[in-house]
Amino acid sequence: MQTITAPRVTYLNLEHSVASWLLTKDHKRIGLMYLVVVAFAFFLGGLFATLIRFELVTPAGDLVTSDTYNKLFTMHGVAMVFFVLIPAVPAVLGNFVLPLMLGAKDVAFPKINLLSWYVFVCGFLFTLWAMVTGGVDTGWTFYTPYSSRASSTNVMMTGIGVFITGFSSILTGLNFMVTIHRMRAPGLTWFRLPLFVWSLYATSLVQVLATPVIAITVLALAIERGLGFGIFDPTLGGDPVLFQHLFWFYSHPAVYIMILPPMGAISEVLACFSRKNIFGYSFVAFSSLAIAVFGFLVWAHHLFVSGISVYSALIFSFLSYAVAIPSAVKVFNWTATLYKGAIWLKAPMIWALSFIALFLVGGLTGLVTAALGVDVHIHDTYFVVAHFHFIMVGGAIMGFFAGLHFWWPKMTGRMYSDIWARVAAIIVLAGFNLTFGPQFLLGYLGMPRRYHMYPEEFQVLNVLSSAGASILAVGYLLVAIYLIASLYRGKAAGDNPWHATGLEWTTQSPPIPHNFDVQPVVTEGAYEYSKREITVV
Amino acid sequence: MWPVTSLIPEQASTLAPRVDQLYWFIIAITAFFGILVTVLVIAFAFKYHTHDPLKVGAPITGSIPLELGWSIIPFLISIVIFAYAADVFFDIHRPPDQTLEIYATGKRWMWKFQHLDGKSEINELHVPIGRAVKVTFTSEDVLHSLYFPAFRVKADAIPGRYSSVWFTATKQGGFHIFCAEYCGTRHSGMIGTVHVMEPTEYQAWLSGSTEGTLSARGARLFADLACNTCHRSDGTGRGPSLEAKFGTEERLSTGAVVRVDEGYLRESILNPQLKLVAGYQPLMPTFQGLVSEESVMALVEYLKSLQGSRGAGTADDAAVADPPAQENK
Repeated sequence: MQTITAPRVTYLNLEHSVASWLLTKDHKRIGLMYLVVVAFAFFLGGLFATLIRFELVTPAGDLVTSDTYNKLFTMHGVAMVFFVLIPAVPAVLGNFVLPLMLGAKDVAFPKINLLSWYVFVCGFLFTLWAMVTGGVDTGWTFYTPYSSRASSTNVMMTGIGVFITGFSSILTGLNFMVTIHRMRAPGLTWFRLPLFVWSLYATSLVQVLATPVIAITVLALAIERGLGFGIFDPTLGGDPVLFQHLFWFYSHPAVYIMILPPMGAISEVLACFSRKNIFGYSFVAFSSLAIAVFGFLVWAHHLFVSGISVYSALIFSFLSYAVAIPSAVKVFNWTATLYKGAIWLKAPMIWALSFIALFLVGGLTGLVTAALGVDVHIHDTYFVVAHFHFIMVGGAIMGFFAGLHFWWPKMTGRMYSDIWARVAAIIVLAGFNLTFGPQFLLGYLGMPRRYHMYPEEFQVLNVLSSAGASILAVGYLLVAIYLIASLYRGKAAGDNPWHATGLEWTTQSPPIPHNFDVQPVVTEGAYEYSKREITVV
Repeated sequence: MWPVTSLIPEQASTLAPRVDQLYWFIIAITAFFGILVTVLVIAFAFKYHTHDPLKVGAPITGSIPLELGWSIIPFLISIVIFAYAADVFFDIHRPPDQTLEIYATGKRWMWKFQHLDGKSEINELHVPIGRAVKVTFTSEDVLHSLYFPAFRVKADAIPGRYSSVWFTATKQGGFHIFCAEYCGTRHSGMIGTVHVMEPTEYQAWLSGSTEGTLSARGARLFADLACNTCHRSDGTGRGPSLEAKFGTEERLSTGAVVRVDEGYLRESILNPQLKLVAGYQPLMPTFQGLVSEESVMALVEYLKSLQGSRGAGTADDAAVADPPAQENK
């Protein structure tokens, strides 16, 4: 027993200067730097959402003007989609844990990794500048010809922001793919990889292949808006529906960029806190790839009432059902993983179980929106709003929080209050259901989305939704408070507080700058809980 | 209008009960799976719950039969939902043969409806009960979407082309008209009411019109814009005769064949060189920007009304009528 120990060197205390952060090539520091930006964007997007829900408490437009309201929902969407949902899990958690999981010192291209962050911040600053200097009101979907001809707001500046940010996403995807191919520890074969790595791989594929399309689309929009070339505007000889095809050719796969990594994080958490192998490992792994591939073939299900032919609608409806199957397979496998487990209900597990419940509703209501005969009625109503919030917030954000709570002790070396974290998960779960549950009803009753004012008969459900949103806001604030508090007052976490398998838990918390003192060697699958004696720290 | 406790809007068209039936069918299936998984997750979380972090779970890694089962069964169920929903979708897209035609234009931020008898109205639409109504519409500026929740139909209004929805109203009263595609500042103010009336009431309402019929307006425009100097009815003009053209197929200079519908007529007025009829020179000037969408609709309706002059009367008969004289090919 040592009585006096020298302060341990970690990636956090190695250097303290600002430059040591801004010029770092350490994937762990870059992950944290992403976390700071993403957290700020989440706060901003959440603030816009809060204002939207306040406005919708009454049928009349009495809190803000219609123009302001339109800017609020646009900026809420832009901030949340491009600066929270897309980067949250891959760029924050992926950056931090991917090399650790692989037993590597860093990602394949550490300098490009830092470049990704700068490109991301640069895109964010452009978008922020567009918001501060008057905002943008096209909706995050930028549909033409409104965006190219009619809107007098900062469409160009926002477009430039989104355009730039896309390159960050492409670079990160490339970096991760090469890292996963080239940097695996000895013995870490593809089928011993943690499922989080599989999901990051599938995501990277989508990022690299789909993101260029949004860049082209935004560029074409800028050319039409700035130079007057007719691409989408019919009065200039263009086709407005072409924009929708191009936009969703990226933005539908982007949904999978948002949801696949959280699905991977959920697999990690469920296996750890059930002390079991993931049920049907290879099916869960390949379902990620299947989702990534099929995800490219369903974009026009956003266009069922946009003037596409009846037969193309049929094809896209059918393919949308096809992409639902691998998602269903994941949910069934997660459920089966719990069977005969030794379930330890710590905070990350509560977040993960909440994820399953909410993602389930989001996925199942996707079967409603993919049904052609019903979609004609519910398209562009609150039913769709509720559906994709269940996927993106109930799924992606819950999954992000599950992963964040799981790896927080590794990232910071500190433990947060487990009680408060469990309470927050329950508050968020309840608040979320109260916010978005009523919106399904509103949508089927016919309330269109993006409405500043609405007929009085919709008020009761809107009030319920707004009440839910305030509960949700409290839940999220609580998370921010106890996580920040843990940095100052949290107990030392220890190297492996969850008694988890996985290489990231074999190094110290927070890790040393180069991750591992000795090159780890892998001799078994990712989740061999039932086989091994877990070392207690 | 309806109690907030209701889970569905009023069913005021023949399509509405079909759509709702489909909706409840899918909700029943999804609710079954949703509840099943939720109950299992909660039950497992309680049953296998432990406070001992050193306890490990059973060494189960998977089961191929289960994997196949829960892939194939949901897939088969999906196919059933898909097929049922596609069947309803066909009904939504296929109007009956005889419809009462109404034209509409969306512009920021109102809906203007034009009845064939000449009467027009803004953000109000009067239709008779029990008769199939087809609304053909476009947009004068940005995208809009014409949405009748009580009828369960909706279609985007797209500048540069015609869209249509059809419905047979089954309930008297006033129901919402919404714009469902975001269109700028007063998007949420682009709403109106569709009034479903008894046929006799509807006739009385229509006869209050002081304007001429829509096709009469179109005929006046046809003369005022000097269309008739080239498009002579006897086929000797520099442009093709437009008698009994609607619903027929026309061969183009490219060799392609196009069906003469509202969309083609509209496009030929605004962008005549795009699909030139075989045998004619590209002489016609564009009327883009010179005639409003409403005037185009009047012209289209006039051209549609030119069916009877050959005594044939229906589009099918007209389809076998002689093509206009072709100079060379």
